[in-house]
Amino acid sequence: MPSRPDTPAITLRNLTLGYERHPAVHHLSLRIEPGSMVAVVGPNGAGKSTLIKALAGELAPLDGTLAGLAGQRIAWLPQHSGLDAGFPIDVRGMVAMGLWHRTGALGRFTAEHRRLCDEALAAVGLAGFETRGLDTLSGGQLQRARFARLILQDAPVVLLDEPFAAVDQRTTDELLTVLHRWQREGRTVVAVLHDLPQVRAHFPLTLLLAREPVAWGPTAEVLTAAHWERAQRLREPFDEQAGVCEASTPVGEPPHYPDHAHEPRHPHVHPHAHGHPHGHAHALAHAPEVRS
Amino acid sequence: MNLSEWLFGPFVEFGFMRQALLGCIALALSAAPVGVFLMLRRMSLMGDAMAHAILPGAAIGYLLFGLSLAAMTVGGIVAGLAVAIGSGLVARNTLIREDTSLAAFYLLSLALGVLIVSVRGNSVDLLHVLFGTVLALDAAALVLLWSITGVTLLTLFLIRRPLILECLDPGFLRQVSGLSPLAHYGFLALLVINLVAGFHALGTLMAVGIMVLPAASARFWVRGVGALLLTATGIALAAAVGGLLVSYHADWPTSPVIVLGLGGVYLLSMAFAPRGVLAQRRAGHSHLRA
Repeated sequence: MPSRPDTPAITLRNLTLGYERHPAVHHLSLRIEPGSMVAVVGPNGAGKSTLIKALAGELAPLDGTLAGLAGQRIAWLPQHSGLDAGFPIDVRGMVAMGLWHRTGALGRFTAEHRRLCDEALAAVGLAGFETRGLDTLSGGQLQRARFARLILQDAPVVLLDEPFAAVDQRTTDELLTVLHRWQREGRTVVAVLHDLPQVRAHFPLTLLLAREPVAWGPTAEVLTAAHWERAQRLREPFDEQAGVCEASTPVGEPPHYPDHAHEPRHPHVHPHAHGHPHGHAHALAHAPEVRS
Repeated sequence: MNLSEWLFGPFVEFGFMRQALLGCIALALSAAPVGVFLMLRRMSLMGDAMAHAILPGAAIGYLLFGLSLAAMTVGGIVAGLAVAIGSGLVARNTLIREDTSLAAFYLLSLALGVLIVSVRGNSVDLLHVLFGTVLALDAAALVLLWSITGVTLLTLFLIRRPLILECLDPGFLRQVSGLSPLAHYGFLALLVINLVAGFHALGTLMAVGIMVLPAASARFWVRGVGALLLTATGIALAAAVGGLLVSYHADWPTSPVIVLGLGGVYLLSMAFAPRGVLAQRRAGHSHLRA
């Protein structure tokens, strides 16, 4: 697929998202160029999935604007899917639904479509599973089937919410190769992830979110111990007595922090678990260009 | 009496049996596929709820126009669609889920129906509505039944993909297409018109049987949506025609015989079908190498 020079950048201006008027993402402003590969990281309850939902168009902002996605086809892999794994359909039939933009509700399912399905299944390591019933797949295999369907969606913008949860290491590596190929093809990839070494190794840009944006930019500059410590101060429960937020951060101003952030609830968790060597300089060592 | 006489005699001899046969075939062809999708959407019990929801519409039609096919049909369809749309709107736009939302609406509708029938109707007419009149189907009723069958099969063919995806992964359907409401409400509308067709032939209480039982039985025999649709339709046809014959020869009421026949098929399938209980147990003693 050729790169898409006409694709607009995704621009968030002072975006506030939330539930029952409580902000889950607070005053977020950023610009994602087309063809970027962005990781979204942060503690539980930081608003990562909420942000992805809003980008997918499933959640209307409480405040601020979100531009650059209207009219674009978006492929979205939600964290929790309503997929009925007991439905009597084979794996190829389930994955084929990713071709909806080509077949529609009535179009014929051709030999070419079938070949695309089998290629997508092979790309996620599910070759040989084409005619297996969906109910015979393991949790990880089911996630790979959802990923194959996502590949078939062939969309310019791909949103992933913890795509590698329950997927083994070998398959994760294969799927990361797919993500890099997408980026080379000029697609925009935004992924919520928890594995920081993986983010350092594969994602040129990172947004560190703790309800408020903590840091945004090249991954090595974002994933510092100081930033991570600030992110950990997130107070998870909503403040039921919270008043109306008057702040309306102008575009481009650095992120600010809430007044109640001085009461850390969580002990400081060091971000470099997994026996990963400490150090930030190597972060982009084998990652592709930051911006195209 | 030999076998062919037992099988064909009643239909050769009596016009009302030919009418009943045509009605039963129309009903089986249409209700069984609808039942398969009910099962796949995990809404089998919803069919029963809907059948009750139709009652006040049919009762109002009866009160205003007497035992008129058209009035009771239109009344039933209007009441059924009102409940389907009302509960669908609530389920899709509030925090109440589909089952609760439907229960609330159908109970309202049922209470209204019972009130109307007991204040104004008499119990003989009520028996017609509850148990159907398959042996008294006239030409107008047959035209109605076959029209409903035609509309149902055509609509199911047209909305098959969104409908399957709505059952398999509703979130994904909303992501790739705006057809989710069409699949949802279109299917509910099919459910309503098939229940109305069913209550003319089998009565409101039994109409659900010819939807739910063939689908549930087919699940024990085959895998895959297409195979389920064919198997369920075959079972429904066989049970409807068989039940009609048994009820004629034994002089029993038709609709309970048909539904009991379907129930028998269900129990036998559960026991002996390839995916039934006994086969599972036999398979449990050995396994494959890889």
